[in-house]
Amino acid sequence: MLRILEYILLTIGVAIIVAISYWIGQQAYSWMPVAASTDAKQIDDLFSFLVWMSGIIFLGVVGMIGYSILTCRAPKGDYREGHPMRGNWKIEAAWTITPVLLVLWIVGYSFYIYEKMEVAGPTQLLGDLNVPLGAEPAYAQAPSHNTPAPELIPQTIEVTAKQWVWAFRYPQQNITSNELHLPVNRRAHLVLRSQDVLHGFYVPEFRIKQDIIPNRAIDFQFIPNRVGKYRLQDSQFSGAYFAVMQADVYVDTPEAYAQWLTHAVSQKPIPVSNQAAAEHEQPPKRLFKTNWYTVLPAQSTDVNYASRTLPQASVENPMIVSEESKE
Amino acid sequence: MTNNSTQGLGGRSESEASYNQSQQDWWRYFTFNKDHKVIGVQYLTTAFAFFLIGGVLAMLIRAELITPASDLFDRPLYNALFTLHGTIMIFLWIIPSTVGMSNFLVPLMIGADDMAFPLLNAISFWMVPPAGLLLISSFLLPNGPAQAGWWSYPPLSLQVPPGVINGQFLWILSVLILGVSSILGAVNFVTTIVRMRAPGMTFFRMPIFVWTVLSAQLLQLFFLPSLTGGLLLLLADLTIGTNFFKPFEGGSPVLYQHMFWFYSHPTVYVWVLPAFGIFSEIIPAFSRNPLFGYRSVAVASIGLAVVSATVWAHHMFASGTPKWVRILFMFTSEVAAIPTGVKVFAWTATVWKSRLHLDTPMLFALGGVVMFMIGGITGVMQGAMPFDLHVNNTHFIVAHFHYIVYNTITVAIYGGLYFWYPKVTGRMYNEGWGKLHFWLTFIGANLTFFPIFIVGLQGMVRRVSSYDPQYQGWNIIASLGAFLLGVSVLPFLANFIGSWLYGPQAPNNPWHATGLEWTTTSPPPRENFEQTPTVTLAPYSYGQPDYSTVDSSDREAIERHGK
Repeated sequence: MLRILEYILLTIGVAIIVAISYWIGQQAYSWMPVAASTDAKQIDDLFSFLVWMSGIIFLGVVGMIGYSILTCRAPKGDYREGHPMRGNWKIEAAWTITPVLLVLWIVGYSFYIYEKMEVAGPTQLLGDLNVPLGAEPAYAQAPSHNTPAPELIPQTIEVTAKQWVWAFRYPQQNITSNELHLPVNRRAHLVLRSQDVLHGFYVPEFRIKQDIIPNRAIDFQFIPNRVGKYRLQDSQFSGAYFAVMQADVYVDTPEAYAQWLTHAVSQKPIPVSNQAAAEHEQPPKRLFKTNWYTVLPAQSTDVNYASRTLPQASVENPMIVSEESKE
Repeated sequence: MTNNSTQGLGGRSESEASYNQSQQDWWRYFTFNKDHKVIGVQYLTTAFAFFLIGGVLAMLIRAELITPASDLFDRPLYNALFTLHGTIMIFLWIIPSTVGMSNFLVPLMIGADDMAFPLLNAISFWMVPPAGLLLISSFLLPNGPAQAGWWSYPPLSLQVPPGVINGQFLWILSVLILGVSSILGAVNFVTTIVRMRAPGMTFFRMPIFVWTVLSAQLLQLFFLPSLTGGLLLLLADLTIGTNFFKPFEGGSPVLYQHMFWFYSHPTVYVWVLPAFGIFSEIIPAFSRNPLFGYRSVAVASIGLAVVSATVWAHHMFASGTPKWVRILFMFTSEVAAIPTGVKVFAWTATVWKSRLHLDTPMLFALGGVVMFMIGGITGVMQGAMPFDLHVNNTHFIVAHFHYIVYNTITVAIYGGLYFWYPKVTGRMYNEGWGKLHFWLTFIGANLTFFPIFIVGLQGMVRRVSSYDPQYQGWNIIASLGAFLLGVSVLPFLANFIGSWLYGPQAPNNPWHATGLEWTTTSPPPRENFEQTPTVTLAPYSYGQPDYSTVDSSDREAIERHGK
């Protein structure tokens, strides 16, 4: 009778833990940044699932330890022995098989998510690794009867990282920019290159990340699906000014994107500065200064279109920013 | 395992004699001594000194991160701080401290009179302090220490100021020396465990701690050469103009990543396995139950070592790895959760229906297990590769591995230090100060490292010296936690130093624990045992009043023990 009661209580306990964990798993969506790519939804689903599974294991084990602490305390100095049971092959088999199944489930579900992302999102190494600069993907050149509007052709954007500045080039329009513009709901196809050390392409709202390896061209694809302004951050430690190696990323409506392209094309390339160079020129006030050797930041980049969110953010006209930083 | 007929034969007079001797001989801790117990203490105190230095660097890093702007240190200095923090904590705290603990305990636990190669043992130790000082001395260089992170990924690590002597050069040199020391130590441990066990000490009578040391040291033996090789090539690139890892001269920086992680993932198990061993010793002793599923825990230790050899590329999910590599390594990484789960469940089952004592070592052990759950679970999350594409190189990773290296391993080392303190010193520590230390550590550790998970999920990249103001709130909490952790060391130091000088004399077996180390005097004589013990019992014979573990030299304890 007592045995049955024990089993009933255990079952109720497990049910409560599963329910609480599921609830926590649902909360997990809100711990993430805004989701702005098709992959973000997949990864948030996976994370929620992982939090749910983790919650069950964590609450289960901590619950048992906590229950033991509350109910099994021996008085101080009372060193009488507990029970002599050294194991139970049934229980041990059960707690070996359970994690095996759990692991298979997690791997299977992750694989499923990854396959879904493959359809929609980041397949690196999709195209030819050594696309020469400026070359177009074959499908963009293929003649087609119902050619979409030129600005909507899936186009390759060349992303170049160098210590510590991002540069974006739209080879079809021959535009260079220090901010990345992408049309919403269109596949973004980036070719990532580095001119010096390892870097990483990471926009938290897109949830995906790709290391950039010098002397290699890495294809990187995803579909941004939420209009807005985001921040690109170098994610692979790249030296002194690593933290400020950022750039603005705009996901535009098709109209705004087309407008931006036409505007950018009409601009003459001008040199612009960047935050690393600005900080190197005029270091802010700090308590401890060393003047240790660093690689010199790239001084300026020639771009048609200059971001307005440079350190001197108050300046309205990007042309003036460039004039100032040119010295 | 406790051999009642020999236990306590030494009696009190013996322990007093050796206690007096140790008082006179305190100077031996500063000499080239071949006694494994002396070397163990040397390792532990040296490692703890470096732990304090690494901890100061950590608090400086957290001080910079209180505010979003880079306003405390200039960026090269900040980069040097986290590079040396990581290197010191790994190569000069965790590895030498677990080696020190293993050094003291393994011969005692298997009934040997010393390590297999005492001279080699002393040589291994004496390579550590010079290597550590060499590393720290790089702060005095005109251009400061290495600034490329503890991974030292090329080509960044090859961007050094002109001249031969630079921080990166000293960094490689000192890590190479420490690596050689570890390889020598591994040869010694494996030989000792395989060859020096007392009569009757079969493999499946060895305490789990010995199993975990065996697994960890086998890993060192097999995998450290990969890091050593990688660092030698890096050194050649740095000094004599070779091009192994230079991407624009035909070299491959990704090759370095493989060589680095081929060792540096298994090494995580080199650190964590002894921590699991410590949990497995402390938890049964304070629950008065045998370790539940001893054999499966022993086999899981070896299993974990085997699996850990096949997971290294999960550090490179975002490094331009092809799809099949990503999926293969996702699978192998998640498999590592299975033997780990077996261990956690075994500890939980040991505590279940027990007669629990929450003395300081047990507090650290249970606290360590609970925090290890968080570290392990988030590890499984990162193993799920699509999720890792988001959190890779963010603070989420930082939080995860600090939950392992601090909240699990360092907490386990603390627990082990309290547990075996009476055996090492022959004195009892102060329980109240110990509990204070535990609570400061437990609260401080969670306060420091849990908020870092949150900012990591939100996209705060690791190794940044300035960050977006939206992350500031959690960073302030983490920094305050870090300072609390700094404070938590003070009661520990006061307790350990004060008790060694003035603490009450310890009985041979203050915890009424099984294990051969508790059958000899506290501290043990030079040759460890009066006569070589013969082992007749399985380990962890708790729960069996007829194999009483009560120290027969402690009359008061016998009276308390009951029947």
